[in-house]
Order: sequence, then structure tokens, then C-alpha cells
Amino acid sequence: MAVSQPAVARRRRSWRGWQFVGPFMLIFALVFLAPIVYSIYLSLYRNQLIGGNSFVGFDNYQRLLQDSQFWESFGRVAIFLVVQVPIMLFLALVVALAIDSGRLYGKAFFRVSIFLPYAVPAVVATLMWGFIYGDQFGLVGNINETFNVSLPNPLSPHLALASIGNIVTWEFVGYNMLIFYSALRVIPGSLYESASLDGAGQFRIITAIKLPAIRGALVIATIFSIIGSFQLFTEPVILQPLAPNAITTYFTPNLYAYQLSFSGQQYNYAATVAIVMGLITMVIAYVVQLRGNRER
Amino acid sequence: MSKLLKVGAAATAALLSLGLAACGGGDDADSGSGSSATVSDADVTAALEKGGNLTVWAWEPTLKNVVTEFQKKYPNVKVDLVNAGTGNDQYTALQNAVAAGKGIPDVAQIEYYALPQFALGKSLTDLSGFGAESLKADFAPGPWNSVHSGNVAYGLPMDSGPMALYYNKNVFDKYGIKVPTTWDEYLDAARKLHKADPKAYITNDTGDAGFTTSMIWQAGGKPYTVDGTNVTINFSDEGSQKFVKVWQTLISEKLLAPISSWSDQWFQGMQNDTIATIATGAWMPANFVSSAPSASGKWRVADMPQWTAGQNASAENGGSALSLMNKGLNNNQALAYGFVKFANDGDGVQIRVDGGAFPATTKQLSDPKFLGTEFKYFGGQKANEIFAKSSQNVVTGWTYLPFQVYSNSIFNDTAGKAYVSGTTLADGLKAWQDQSAKYGNEQGFTVK
Repeated sequence: MAVSQPAVARRRRSWRGWQFVGPFMLIFALVFLAPIVYSIYLSLYRNQLIGGNSFVGFDNYQRLLQDSQFWESFGRVAIFLVVQVPIMLFLALVVALAIDSGRLYGKAFFRVSIFLPYAVPAVVATLMWGFIYGDQFGLVGNINETFNVSLPNPLSPHLALASIGNIVTWEFVGYNMLIFYSALRVIPGSLYESASLDGAGQFRIITAIKLPAIRGALVIATIFSIIGSFQLFTEPVILQPLAPNAITTYFTPNLYAYQLSFSGQQYNYAATVAIVMGLITMVIAYVVQLRGNRER
Repeated sequence: MSKLLKVGAAATAALLSLGLAACGGGDDADSGSGSSATVSDADVTAALEKGGNLTVWAWEPTLKNVVTEFQKKYPNVKVDLVNAGTGNDQYTALQNAVAAGKGIPDVAQIEYYALPQFALGKSLTDLSGFGAESLKADFAPGPWNSVHSGNVAYGLPMDSGPMALYYNKNVFDKYGIKVPTTWDEYLDAARKLHKADPKAYITNDTGDAGFTTSMIWQAGGKPYTVDGTNVTINFSDEGSQKFVKVWQTLISEKLLAPISSWSDQWFQGMQNDTIATIATGAWMPANFVSSAPSASGKWRVADMPQWTAGQNASAENGGSALSLMNKGLNNNQALAYGFVKFANDGDGVQIRVDGGAFPATTKQLSDPKFLGTEFKYFGGQKANEIFAKSSQNVVTGWTYLPFQVYSNSIFNDTAGKAYVSGTTLADGLKAWQDQSAKYGNEQGFTVK
């Protein structure tokens, strides 16, 4: 008996593992795979006001490749990514290092107040900044009037993207600071002690111990920021009524998909935009992760 | 398990919002088969007596009083009046409901420019089965034509918007400027006013598709022609060019207040004398009263300035119908029609007129009491006389695109550039024309 038991167990397929994983797999398939598959399915069709629904193969993808509005919106978020993300992460890092240095008076207050903007809903934050930016009745307008100067309109076509970058930076510096700060807190204090015994100054400790130790957190924050940049939507949507001629309906890829879908009734093409943007984001995030890990 | 479910639910919510594009569904084609079932007046009366629930989406402010009276008269009916947004916002919500096949209201307010698009999308109920054609004589010809797509009525006219020039008499008196009767005089007035007070502008404009098309309409332009699925768009015709010439000057010389209509600043501007005129539809007075109360007594109404001196041309701006939606929430079209008829052809009309609305019914339009109404807000002026005259002088032959809602949504992407950059208005309109044509072709129209 003692010998045959494992043999039986080996022959009979065990479903125990599936019983554990099953519920997850089911929900995963339902909420993650199904929408993606459905979007891909949608992207292969075209529904017209005249002519109805028809299968068009990869026509939508071909159209996307030649769609100057899509590439313009993509270029815009790419610039945003290249400029805004480094500024934001650098600021977050400096603040995190400052708080972690232990030399800051009122550390807890400083930490909370920098994190506070993240707790403000993006819609409210954007509205608030919208009032600040207003060159007729907003703060900018008031400054112009009081000091008799003429500041450039932050919501003009040339400056709108920078103004949005400013809002996003304000919103997310605290969030990234917290990621960096918590990574810094787990570095064993003994490392600092031995470093100072070896005669390392603060700057040397930062470059030789702190930065290498939080590389993982830096990579994660960068990936989140990349995804966030490509998904830029709330801020431009809220500002659009204030600057309808500067913030177009294809200002960012997400906004473009929204417009196609809800104003244009072009669900199929919107699905195509969503899939292609998803793919591009995945590829870029993957490359960053690969690089981040390789240099470790 | 419960945590897993929670995660699952959160993920579902996240994906639902991400995958909004996915909820279009492939079965749009057969939604609403343009039901033209015969519903007699007796059926409607029976439905009203029997009662039931109705969901109405509308933003027209005076409808609230109509609903109250309607429910008093037919106590078994419960009307749920929902403000799902003004204009485009409501159309977006409506299109989403139609696409999802769920939560569609029984009755919706739809502006005349948007009606062809919804009719074409088979979202609206053909009213010929309800005997709507027999009501033709009750309505002014302009609005009556506007509720038709093809030869079929898709709603009953609720109001109309013959244009007039609302002007702040105080401002004009203060600087001794004559109220303009032509657009050239309007341009002169704009220059004089802005020179006299650099904070004051003749009007506000940040690029408004509805205003632009109405102005071109008044100038005799016919940029759109629609013949079945053959559509032409052309903003280089004479009427459009007349508008472009004057408006480009106003833009170039920075004579337009950079304030969007319907914003808080807009209503502030009416009250603090920084916006001197507004050319818009006859439905405007109720908005003056409710949103710019402190300017009461300052404003007056005048005929629209003319493109050619001595003429009487006018155009429509706005105005909307109440339409029956296919596949409405409560699936009770006889009752829905009963409400629409009450509101737009029956007792409801006078209730709305009393609330400050401008009717589309001939009975009210020719009623001496209506014409003689003195508007306290306009210093006792009998403004309805001007509106009624404008209503008769609307230039005939105008049509909107069968995809005007979308087209208007991209106005600021294209023509709007003229207001904030070096692009000329003519080039902007050309870009609008091209983008609209592109969309039309994508939707299966033949656009030239």
C-alpha cells in the first residue's frame, strides 16, 4: 500500500492547483483578456452611418499609420515624456534625498505638504490651475492688470503643453517622492556609518550608496511616469473649455480616441488607436525596464 | 476570495473605463427599425389616462413648468425630466446610450442642426404613424421643415431661434455710438467702442460653429448641399466670403473679447459693460433674465445688422425639437407622443411662452398679446415684434450636414486656429471643410 499510493497519485491528474488558480484565471480572463480580445475584434471592422458594419481586415491599422492627427498627438505626448518626466523625477528625487538626509527641520510637515497635491483629485487640481492660468479673469490676468505687465497666456497654443506639464509635475512630485523616500528608508544605517568611517561625504554617500540602492524604485517610477504620459487625458480635457482653440480634440492619443469614439461614433478606429497606443507603451516600458535591470 | 473579488471588481471598473471604446457593439445597424406603427389620437389619449413613467432629456429651462402642469392634468403620468447637459454634451450622452442600447430616454430635446444626424442613425422615431403631418398648419414653416429629414417628421418643433442683435444701450449711449444696421457699421462701432474703452468689446467670440454657420446663413451663403448621401461642403461661396471679410477684420484688429459663450465670464461681461452686443436667437431673453440679472434695463433688441444696406435678411440660430427615441427606457411611445404634443402643440406652448421661451407655433407667433408683450428686462421693449419679423425674414434654402454634430465638434481644431494664431479665417474654414469632408467620406457619404 505504502508503495502504490504515490503511483496512483501520479497517474491521476491533480486539480488541486487549478482549484487555487481557477478563480483568479476566470476573473483575469473576464476582465483583462476579454476586453483586449474584443477591442482587437472591433478594430477589424468599420461601422458607417451609411453602409453599416463590415469587416475591413487591417484597414484601420493602415489608416492609423497615415493619420497625421494621430502622429501629431503621439509626438506631443512624446515631447511631454522627454521633458516633463525627467524634471518631475529629478525634483522628486531631490526632495526625497533632502527629507532622508535628516537635516531638514520640520521633516514630517515638509513631507506631507509635498505629498498633498497627489491627494487632490486631478479634476479639481486642473480646475484650480485653470483659474490661475486665466489671462482674462484668472491670476495671470490679475497680475497683468495689477503690475501693468503682459505675461504670455499660459493657455495659448504654444504654451498649453508646458502649462499642462506644470500641473502634472505639481500633482505627482509628491507621489514619486514617497516612492523614493520609502526606498531610501530601507537602506541599512550601518552602510552610512561605515561610509563615514571611510571618510565619505554626503555627496559621495548619495552617489555611491543611496542612488544605486534605489535604482529599482527609480525604474518603477520611470515606467509609471511613461505610462502616465502616454495616457495624458484628464488635464487637457478639463482645460479644453478654457482654451478650445489651443487644446484640440486630438491633443493627446487618449483624447483623440475619446473624440473618435464619442463625437465621431468611430468605435472601431478608436479601438485601433487604443491598441496601437497600448503596444507602443508596452514596448517603451519594457525597454526601460530591460535597461534598468541590465545596469544593475 | 473576497479580496480577489474586490481586486476583480476594481479591475473591471478600471477596464470598463479604459475599454470605453469597446462598448460600441457591432449590432448598431439593426437598432431601431424606424418603427412607423400606427398610433391613433385615441391610443394617445388612452395612454395618457392610463399613465406610466416617462424619461425626458432636455435642458430647456421652461420645460420644468410644462412638466408640472402636465402631471397635474394627467395625474397618472410621472415625468422624469433630466438635464443631461446642454447641446453637444447631451448628444454625446445620447449617442452613448443609443450605442449601448440601454438607458435611452423616451423623449429627447434635439436641436435642428443635430436632428438629421440622429434621424440618419435611426435613433429617432418616425412620427408619421402618429399623425404628426396633420399638425403642419400649427407650426411656422421654418421650424416645421427643420424637424423633417427626407420627408419624414422626426419630432415636433419646440422653439425657434430667429436671430436678433441684443445690445447694451448704456454702452452705446455712453460713447455716442449709433446702433449698427449693417455689418460695416458694426465694424466701425467695434473700433470706436474699443478705442473709447480698451476693456470693452463689441462682442465676444472664441470660435463658435453654430454662430459662424448662422452668420453665413444670414449672408446668403449655402456652404452645404445635401442630396441623399451626396453632400457638398464649400466655404468659398459668396455668402461665406462676406462673413469672412468682416470677421477677419474683427479678429485681426483684436476687437473681439476672448471669452467663450456660456462661460461665467460671458454673463459677467454682459453685466459689467465689457460685452456690448450679442447676435443670437430669440430664445436668449430667458437666459438674460436668469444669468445676467443685474443688467436688467440696460439691454435692448434690434434687427440683425445687414450685409447689404436696406435689406431684411435674417437666419436661425439654435432652436430645437422634442423627439421620440427608439427603444426608450419605458417603451411607451403613445404616452411619449402625448407629452411631446402637450409641450409643443398643446397647453405647454403658452406655459413656455410665459416663461420667456420663443415658440414655433403660428398661433402664438401671431397672437397680438404675444407680440405686445413688454419685456421688463429690455426696458419695456416689445421685443417679440422684432423676433417675429426676423422669423419671417429667415433666408430660405439653408441645410445642415447630416453629420453636423461631429463637424461642429472639430470647428475649434480647424477654424478656431484663426482666433489664436496667424491662420486666416478663410484657411481655417477651408480646413474645417476638408476635415468634415474626410469624416463624411469615412461614414459612407460622397462628399465633394
